[in-house]
Amino acid sequence: MAAPMLRWCCPGRRFAFARVGCGSCHRRGPPTGSTSNGKRGQSTVAQQPHITAQKPRKGEREWAAVVGLEIHAQIASNSKLFSGSQVHFAAPPNSLVSFFDASLPGTLPVLNRRCVEAAVMTGLALDCHINRKSLFDRKHYFYADLPAGYQITQQRLPIAVNGSLAYSVSVGRKPSQMVTRTVRVKQIQLEQDSGKSLHDDLRSQTLIDLNRAGIGLLEVVLEPDMSCGEEAATAVRELQLILQALGTSQANMADYEIQRQINELENGGEILNETRSFDYKLGCTVPMRDKEGKQDYRFMPEPNLPPLLLYDSGSLPPGADPQQVIDIDRLRERLPELPRVTRERLVRQYGMLPEHSCALLNEVGLLEFFQSVIKETRAEPKKVTSWVLNTFLGFLKQQNLAVSESPVTPSALAELLDLLDRKAISSSAAKQVFEELWRNEGKTPAQIVAEKKLELLQDLEALEQLCRSTLEAHPHVVMDLKRGNPRAINKLIGLVRKATLGRADPTAIKEVLERQLSS
Amino acid sequence: MSVQASPTLFMASASAAVAALSDVITFKRVARLGEDALRRPTGSEMWARAVHLCLRAAARGRRGFTSKADPQGSGRVTGELIQHLERLSLVDFGSQEAVARLEKAIAFADRLRAVNTDGVEPMESVLEDRCLYLRSDNVVEGNCAEELLQNSHRVVEEYFVAPPGNISWSKLDEKQPFPHH
Repeated sequence: MAAPMLRWCCPGRRFAFARVGCGSCHRRGPPTGSTSNGKRGQSTVAQQPHITAQKPRKGEREWAAVVGLEIHAQIASNSKLFSGSQVHFAAPPNSLVSFFDASLPGTLPVLNRRCVEAAVMTGLALDCHINRKSLFDRKHYFYADLPAGYQITQQRLPIAVNGSLAYSVSVGRKPSQMVTRTVRVKQIQLEQDSGKSLHDDLRSQTLIDLNRAGIGLLEVVLEPDMSCGEEAATAVRELQLILQALGTSQANMADYEIQRQINELENGGEILNETRSFDYKLGCTVPMRDKEGKQDYRFMPEPNLPPLLLYDSGSLPPGADPQQVIDIDRLRERLPELPRVTRERLVRQYGMLPEHSCALLNEVGLLEFFQSVIKETRAEPKKVTSWVLNTFLGFLKQQNLAVSESPVTPSALAELLDLLDRKAISSSAAKQVFEELWRNEGKTPAQIVAEKKLELLQDLEALEQLCRSTLEAHPHVVMDLKRGNPRAINKLIGLVRKATLGRADPTAIKEVLERQLSS
Repeated sequence: MSVQASPTLFMASASAAVAALSDVITFKRVARLGEDALRRPTGSEMWARAVHLCLRAAARGRRGFTSKADPQGSGRVTGELIQHLERLSLVDFGSQEAVARLEKAIAFADRLRAVNTDGVEPMESVLEDRCLYLRSDNVVEGNCAEELLQNSHRVVEEYFVAPPGNISWSKLDEKQPFPHH
């Protein structure tokens, strides 16, 4: 994707149970009950994924893999979670760092209202219970890119709990055989991002850039309700779409990252009772020297922040400063249309197949493009859908462009589809025009049609004439046809088309020929 | 004053001994007491109070910490616990004198047990009655890289320079990386 936006962190992961029983999602039965291991909050330092498993019980035969996820998404805000320095993806090192971000003594955290709203909206979109009171905690560990030595998070009482995320998986060979699965959202919490470290092994040093330190993160914890890597990836993708629709996060994750993690999950194999860590260099999981009790985050309440209180229209304190209170009901009213609802609406409104509506939502900007074309053209929605998803998207993918970089505007495509609808040009001619439009030489479809003489032959008399002369010129083909060879008609159609210099519609030709032959 | 000397970090490091399932220190809401009991504590006493609370929990059977401290608190801190605390806080206990001081501080904090907190709700924050101020999402800080980098001992092209990677366990196993005073 070409959008150069904020980072979407790698999910940490928890696996419960070993011995992947599912080769593909289709064959497997319902997932066995999940037993997530006791310690929550085991997201590791430096975003390395953690895979922990229970000890396999003896005597059990069938194992099903169960996957839980912890996903960190950067909140799309102007300033950071607890300070007023800017959130931006590209800037000179350490230029977007305030005294608080650098953890200089004497600085205090001040909560960003926008981040709280983002968390509440995400909670509402995932059907969570929003905690009217939530608390902030410190999670301590030492790392060079964490200047304070602790991260402010919400371990005890997060802002939202107990929600669900619905996603569709295909269960048969046909793409139309989709089934909806749900994964429970355990909680959503606000926390700080850490800085970035660049390791210089040659000189045995680490370079630290704190621009990212303190940016607000939404941590979404999904219960181990997913049965394999594919389901996990689909759920993450759906979450990505929801966050983008809400505008709470740009949620851009490199596709290779999703694929890498799917592969890792699907190669689970036998997992013993140990904590493993994914080693990027070796490309596989390696056991960590995990002496129990040594890695201790020493959670404690954040002493500098009172509890976060949220209100609804019923509990709003009278005369309160609107800037200082957050009304959950107000936010609920302002929630934009969620992807699931959009997809259903597209199917209802335009009669398209569910997989088409999925495809339209899957590409940034494609839905807007589609809707612009629909607005300006008289062509049928099904035609528009087909052209946008097949031809337009095809060209984009071929040249690896985003919708925003397309040389063809919605108006141009709308005009082209109008010509096609009026039967002014054939569909093959339309494809030619589209190719010309893609070259972006500033010509309109009508101009291209005129230049290349692609108009359909409107003169029926001339067509009849051409057909008759073709039939006369090729008696052996006619005889072939009369003897019962159905393919002979195509040969005749081809000949007539050549004679018309490609300007006649094959269906019309066929009709005329058949009429003339039967007479 | 370095961050490591702050009371809050000491409290945090001391909480290491608390059982894994309840990683949080809670301060019991104190019922009304006499004036002398409410004398304002010094930094090390606050620290010791926290360590005391944790060690009590530790004595209740967290495996791996066989604290010799009996329920009444004879104040003995095992070598294993010292090692653990040092690892977590990166504070060097250095000498026997330091350990003795720690034990004295724990004994001092033991006096908290005199308070009866039956049926009293634990207090999560002394700020619980305050309003959490919400800042509007505007950019008002930053752009002071030069100033910030002056704090760093070593700088490479506007980056802070830190020792390589994380503090690995292997290094800690061998020798403490911090200089003794």
